[in-house]
Amino acid sequence: MKQIACPHCGNRAQAEFVYERSADSVVPLDVAPAVAVAALFARANLRGVEEELWRHTHGCGAWLLIRRDRVSHEIEWIRPIGPEALP
Amino acid sequence: MTESLINFTFDGRALTAKPGQTLAAALLANGIKLVGRSFKYHRPRGILSAGVEEPNALVTVGEGGRSEPNTRATDLFVYEGLVASSQNRWPSLQSDVGSALQLVSKALPAGFYYKTFFGPPKLWLFYEQFIRRAAGLGPAPTEIDPDRFATRAAFCDVLVVGSGPAGLIEARDAVRAGKSVILVEQDAELAPSLLRDPQQIEGQNGREWAAEAAAEVRAGGGRILTRTSASGLWDDNFICLSEKLVEPGQVPAGEFTQRYWHVRAGEVVLATGAIERPLTFANNDLPGVMLSQAVRTYVNRFSVVPGKRVVIATTGDDGYLTAEALRQAGAEVVVLDSRAEPAGQDSGFEVHNRASPLKAKGGKRGVTGLVANVDGSERNFACDLIAMAGGFTPVVHLHMQAGGKLDWDEAAQAFVPGATRQNVRTVGLAAQPQPAETLGAAGNPKAAFVDFQNDVTVADLDLAWREGYRSVEHLKRYTTLGMATDQGKTSNMAALDRIARREGIKLPEAGLTTFRPPYTPVSMGALAGMATGAQAQPTRRPALHDLHAAKNPIWFNAGYWKRPRTYPIGSETLAQAGLREARAVRSAAGLCDVSTLAKFEVQGPDAVQFLERVCATTVGKLAVGRGRYTFMLREDGLVFDDGTVWRLEDNRYLLTSSTGGASRMATWLSYVRSHLCADLRVSVVCVQEHYAAIAVAGPKTSAIIAALTGAEAPRHMSVVEAHIAGAPVLLMAASFSGERAFEVHFDASHAAAVWQAIEAEVRVVGGAPYGIEAMELLRIEKGHLVVGPDIDGRLTAEELGLGKMLNKAGGYIGEACLQRPDFADQMRKQLIGIEALDGGAIPEGSMLVRFIGGAAEGHVTGSGLRVIEGGSIALAHLKGGQARHGEELFAHSPTRKQSVKVRATSPHFYDPSGERYRD
Repeated sequence: MKQIACPHCGNRAQAEFVYERSADSVVPLDVAPAVAVAALFARANLRGVEEELWRHTHGCGAWLLIRRDRVSHEIEWIRPIGPEALP
Repeated sequence: MTESLINFTFDGRALTAKPGQTLAAALLANGIKLVGRSFKYHRPRGILSAGVEEPNALVTVGEGGRSEPNTRATDLFVYEGLVASSQNRWPSLQSDVGSALQLVSKALPAGFYYKTFFGPPKLWLFYEQFIRRAAGLGPAPTEIDPDRFATRAAFCDVLVVGSGPAGLIEARDAVRAGKSVILVEQDAELAPSLLRDPQQIEGQNGREWAAEAAAEVRAGGGRILTRTSASGLWDDNFICLSEKLVEPGQVPAGEFTQRYWHVRAGEVVLATGAIERPLTFANNDLPGVMLSQAVRTYVNRFSVVPGKRVVIATTGDDGYLTAEALRQAGAEVVVLDSRAEPAGQDSGFEVHNRASPLKAKGGKRGVTGLVANVDGSERNFACDLIAMAGGFTPVVHLHMQAGGKLDWDEAAQAFVPGATRQNVRTVGLAAQPQPAETLGAAGNPKAAFVDFQNDVTVADLDLAWREGYRSVEHLKRYTTLGMATDQGKTSNMAALDRIARREGIKLPEAGLTTFRPPYTPVSMGALAGMATGAQAQPTRRPALHDLHAAKNPIWFNAGYWKRPRTYPIGSETLAQAGLREARAVRSAAGLCDVSTLAKFEVQGPDAVQFLERVCATTVGKLAVGRGRYTFMLREDGLVFDDGTVWRLEDNRYLLTSSTGGASRMATWLSYVRSHLCADLRVSVVCVQEHYAAIAVAGPKTSAIIAALTGAEAPRHMSVVEAHIAGAPVLLMAASFSGERAFEVHFDASHAAAVWQAIEAEVRVVGGAPYGIEAMELLRIEKGHLVVGPDIDGRLTAEELGLGKMLNKAGGYIGEACLQRPDFADQMRKQLIGIEALDGGAIPEGSMLVRFIGGAAEGHVTGSGLRVIEGGSIALAHLKGGQARHGEELFAHSPTRKQSVKVRATSPHFYDPSGERYRD
């Protein structure tokens, strides 16, 4: 099982984390319908490196932005995001 | 010295074995060659190998819930009292009726299943009956396994798989370097290859050297696990080990029968060795056709000589080692060497070069001879054993599982480990197999087996190739090649060779299928570990659990939550109790534990802005002390949850939502808060377990609330603070039942006192506690929706009949997608009510059809009845349903063979104007 380095907790087993969605599928508030539809239903779904939203759900609960190679699973970097992120 | 013998039975026959023998060795020692019948054609099969790669000699061992089917006789050490039986034969191994299938094997060619699947369904249903009986291996036990399986986690610097000389050296050197080491060996003995091929190592007797090396590893703090299979290797060197504490089917001496390890290793060293390849010729599956190394193992390790007149067919040097072992054991040996060079000319054996097997002769009693091609002409050899030395296939399974690439070793005609992605290294024969030639298939292709366990012949591969299955991945699935429990350990290379020859390409260009864990089969019990029975999943008990338990209710598992379904009196059935409780609510009063509802406190100056994003209804107009029903949309515009929202103070709200969607809602609110509304000054706290909640419902509840609190009950959809039994409570007038009703929310630590006070007053007016069975009857009759069946995430607010409640000012999440053209389609499913026209109960989940056999136009989401008057009613989703009220349909359940004639109606069966909510 893969290990993910939580910025708050250190290296933890992947089972503690939940993949939520690709970063490009986040639909900002108050966008035009066409923009929302494109973000939700016409995603790039790249074979290769992509940014993804994960959450350390069964750990500290923090949201993480992870840049990951979806073929090799290699993680380029991890950033905490949102109000729960520590400085 | 007299060795004590071990007693065991095979197919009821009492036999003995010497200590340390595998079942296969003991069977051979007892002269038993026929061990099983093959998967598809019921061909007689014996013992091919002496290791975990065995495809033929599969037996069921143990009794009752402890029995284990498809156990390899070559990977099972005999113990006192072992009960083993052969598989896939009826009535007996010797006279198996299914073996007639050999005669009709033309009826079961490659792709037979696929071809049948694409025929008319009824034809498959007919075939299935006898195929399921005829094809297969040992039956899974039906009783519960009485044994316990342990799970353990470990970390180490170096994990070494395989305790042959190469593995032992690695483990010893790592310990010397001060590293923490785990060494695993699937055999019962360390360095089992030295038992087969005694040799000097570092100037010492190999066995003594191995014992010393192991002792040094242990003394240096290393852990050595025997009878342990490294079953899978995953990312970041996470490796699973399956450790047998006793043999399959054996009664454990200690607390556990197996231990499953989760290990995180700094480095993984694979000293996994190589598996010998069979040769492909006609009748190569007969009992008495064995791998060359296996023959040597039986002779040198187990003191069993499996034949007296032996033909050894070899494509490399290994066959000569076996020939030598057999000669020392007194057997007559002929070597057929495929190579042109006379490698064994001075060995003293009868050696033929440019010689290869064409056809084995014999039957279920074993082989009697071999027809071979010797330098271009056919020759017959009489024999009772054929040994095949077709070169070696390195065990690269774990290397590949860890994302490693493979290189082609031309001299060995084998794939060897190449570049790795993780800190994984392969050593020994797995990295450098012995040189050998590849021999193509020879003899009748219909009797030349490539995959023994799944009965795949050369003819099957050819047929699949002719039908266009050229890619090895397609061919594998079409012919089931390599898909048996042995995962093709002995079959893959022969198949690749055949494909390459058909395609006219080199073998490595044919590609290789993916190796997936586990390397050898792992017991389901080992994977489950301690998570069985009551420990299989967490049990969540609401604060009022003990009070419910004292009433001995019928429980219902709502997700992880344990909730009372009804509280039966005397001999009441579930349905009777549920109806009585529902009627008490309709006529007087009832109380119900609703503590499991999701509850969130939303606070801060921007709390209302946050809620107006999350909720699709208006929230901004709520006055302090008021609440309302609300529902939430996903970003795609579909309703996914509902609940109520209450304004407790200027900037403080309580939001409730469904029990089942609670954790999803918690994640959703956090997502919205963190990613979409990061600038809002608001905090969202989940208070699901902090607050207990009791619903009090019925026409007499206003008086009850007044008596309990000493104040007038709040009007519908109002919230006040009050005290019940001395505990501060939030009193919210809201109804899910259709009656005047209240939800009492309070600190869970006061749960018992508040419940008892309310129950006492409810009893005074003739009411009773009710469970979720009555709650379902009440809410279905009223047309209230639940998340899950009714609000299933596939309907819009309009389609659920909630469209008028959408916030006209917009701004809520999901609004943008409501303009999607598909949502304008009036033939999408819509929520309706249905009532039965001929009395019977409406089957839940049944489909709605215009006539029996017609296409499904909808389905029943919740089935109930009119609580007071009787008569079956239900909620349903129906295509274009809102315009079809009055239409007659059938609620049809083919699986339960039930059909009820129904009429589509409005979903509001009870008090549609809501008179009863108000005082």
